[in-house]
Amino acid sequence: MANQKVDDIDRSFYDFRYEENEDFYRMRSGLTEEIVREISEAKHDPKWMLDFRLKSLEIYNRLEIPNWGAPIDGLNMDNISTYVRNKADMKRSWDEVPDDIKNTFERLGIPQAERESLAGVGAQYDSELVYHNLQQEVADQGVVYTDLESALTGEFEQMCKDYFMKLVPPTDHKFAALHGAVWSGGSFVYVPKGVKVEVPLQSYFRLNARGAGQFEHTLIIVDEGADLHFIEGCSAPKYDESNLHAGCVELYVKRGARLRYSTIENWSKNMYNLNTKRALVEEDAVMEWVSGSFGSHVSYLYPTTILRGRNSHCEFTGVTFAGAGQNLDTGARMIHMGKNTSSFINTKSICKSGGISTYRSSVEIKKTARGAKAAVSCGSLMLDSQSRSDTIPAVVVETNEADVGHEATIGRISDDAVFYLMSRGVSEEEARAMIVSGFASDVSKELPLEYAAEMNNLIKLEMENG
Amino acid sequence: MSEPLLQVKNLSAAIEEGEILHHIDLTVSAGETHVLMGPNGAGKSTLGHTLMGNPVYKVTDGRILFDGEDITDLSPDKRARLGLFMTFQNPLEVPGLSVEAFLRNAIRQKTGKPIRIFTFKKQLAATMALLQMDESYAERDLNVGFSGGEKKKAEILQLLMLSPRLAILDETDSGLDVDAVRTVSMGVQEYMKREGGALLIITHSTRILESLKVDKTHVLVKGKIVAEGDGSLVDEINEKGFEKYIEMRGIE
Repeated sequence: MANQKVDDIDRSFYDFRYEENEDFYRMRSGLTEEIVREISEAKHDPKWMLDFRLKSLEIYNRLEIPNWGAPIDGLNMDNISTYVRNKADMKRSWDEVPDDIKNTFERLGIPQAERESLAGVGAQYDSELVYHNLQQEVADQGVVYTDLESALTGEFEQMCKDYFMKLVPPTDHKFAALHGAVWSGGSFVYVPKGVKVEVPLQSYFRLNARGAGQFEHTLIIVDEGADLHFIEGCSAPKYDESNLHAGCVELYVKRGARLRYSTIENWSKNMYNLNTKRALVEEDAVMEWVSGSFGSHVSYLYPTTILRGRNSHCEFTGVTFAGAGQNLDTGARMIHMGKNTSSFINTKSICKSGGISTYRSSVEIKKTARGAKAAVSCGSLMLDSQSRSDTIPAVVVETNEADVGHEATIGRISDDAVFYLMSRGVSEEEARAMIVSGFASDVSKELPLEYAAEMNNLIKLEMENG
Repeated sequence: MSEPLLQVKNLSAAIEEGEILHHIDLTVSAGETHVLMGPNGAGKSTLGHTLMGNPVYKVTDGRILFDGEDITDLSPDKRARLGLFMTFQNPLEVPGLSVEAFLRNAIRQKTGKPIRIFTFKKQLAATMALLQMDESYAERDLNVGFSGGEKKKAEILQLLMLSPRLAILDETDSGLDVDAVRTVSMGVQEYMKREGGALLIITHSTRILESLKVDKTHVLVKGKIVAEGDGSLVDEINEKGFEKYIEMRGIE
């Protein structure tokens, strides 16, 4: 029992796919100024956005590829199409969405989730949104939830100008610059002052095309005293060539507001997931991240929170599962600037069948953050001896009036515990899945019921024999 | 005398370091209560674990039959599904898995069919009340942060919820105060009354036996059964200890 190897999973549920047909427009592969101009034109960008894209491209060409994390040599931009869209426009009714696309989202349970438990849904297929809808009563509260493209040219244009890629500038790193040059799709959310959105909004990103990139941009502004739970879901079918996801998420949490941002990323194992997420949190505001990273070949993902306002607070809860052929470099970054700010990072990483899971975090307490409190707790579970788990936590404290704590644990599944559960009639596979799900329960407990079920299902899939 | 439920025939078992059970014969029938006694290190728990199928112990000789079926090579979960159960001397902690979620899942897997949540919850609440367990324990992570006594009660809770045909109780009374022994013992009586099951009680003390009618006693010393008798053997050992039996094994 101790040495039994658990094989790679059957992900066929997420791997169904439709081949692109004549209903799709696909940009030729590679990255040139002409391509960026064509994307901009196809998207009817305002002039300032075209300029922004071109400037980002310039920065992209200047910056070096990061050399400190998981290797990304397998990624060649010359083989990536940065823009693929269905020719149909975005719809506000599922009935009007083209059949192949609608079937895909139905299999993923999105329309059903919308009916049962969401205040609004956005669904992106490849580079563009195919569906976006917000419940009338939420719209009546003044909440704006739309595709970013509509926001750019509508009454929120100025707001977009003020906030778009201000928190994550194209100069931040090479893939932020790439994102600035070719971004497409994503959501714009504005919650007015004092408005509490009772049920979550969700955007779902599906990258169907082979050899393509997805570069959606999520821009959320939760105004003073407002409250929002936003859920992001992602998946893709598997191809034998590389795909790229370089999304960007910018979150602005104003004074006294609260934002919870939950993600289940379930990319296929040919995906380079080089994603950037950042939140700016003002006085007395609260930011909560709940993050589950499952798929992808390589991930670089470190949601960053800037606690600018005094008494602002952030909690990051994350789980990462690296299986065969996966190298997932994930973690979080907290930057304390305001007085009496507090943060808590709680992560769990699991690796199996040769998967590599690296936890990387940085907690920075600036001089101005007197009275700050930060705690980091990270646990790793290795399911076999071929897998690898690393923990790289950094702490930089510039004031002596701060309280920073860190604890890390690393372990394996105990054979005694497996035997114990099996002695109650539970199969070995199920016993292991129970232990792993339990280990990851800090995250599943934070998710709405149906997402927790999805997460446990993903864990089970990962644990099952192939 | 009813049909034998458990038949252990000439069973020997070993760990890497060598053989630790030698030619054990043991027969337990439905409705019977057997006691396995012996000094520390005699191999009592090893026998329990071997019967339950712990892969740490390799069977080197002999067979184990359960209800006539040879289970010697079956995995622990398959043995459990046939109706074998063992309470652990040191129940394992499983963080993030609630007692309730675990039991529901285990019952579903054991019986192969889902149970109605309402029926299950009612049964769970009633059983916990019987064992004087606070209902909040249903939500708690399995054995995590439980005191010694709470862990043992949680084992008896699982016994009553899973209703096996034969339960091996491995030192269920060790480390418990008088009240806890009484509660655990009441749970065990309830199991016998309700299920008409069978018991193999591993113990080196006799407190848990006071309120149970013992049909047969086996004395295990250095991995071998050296004496057998009825319930009165318990009293004798209680009085005189294992000295005599240790000496018997010593000169062999």
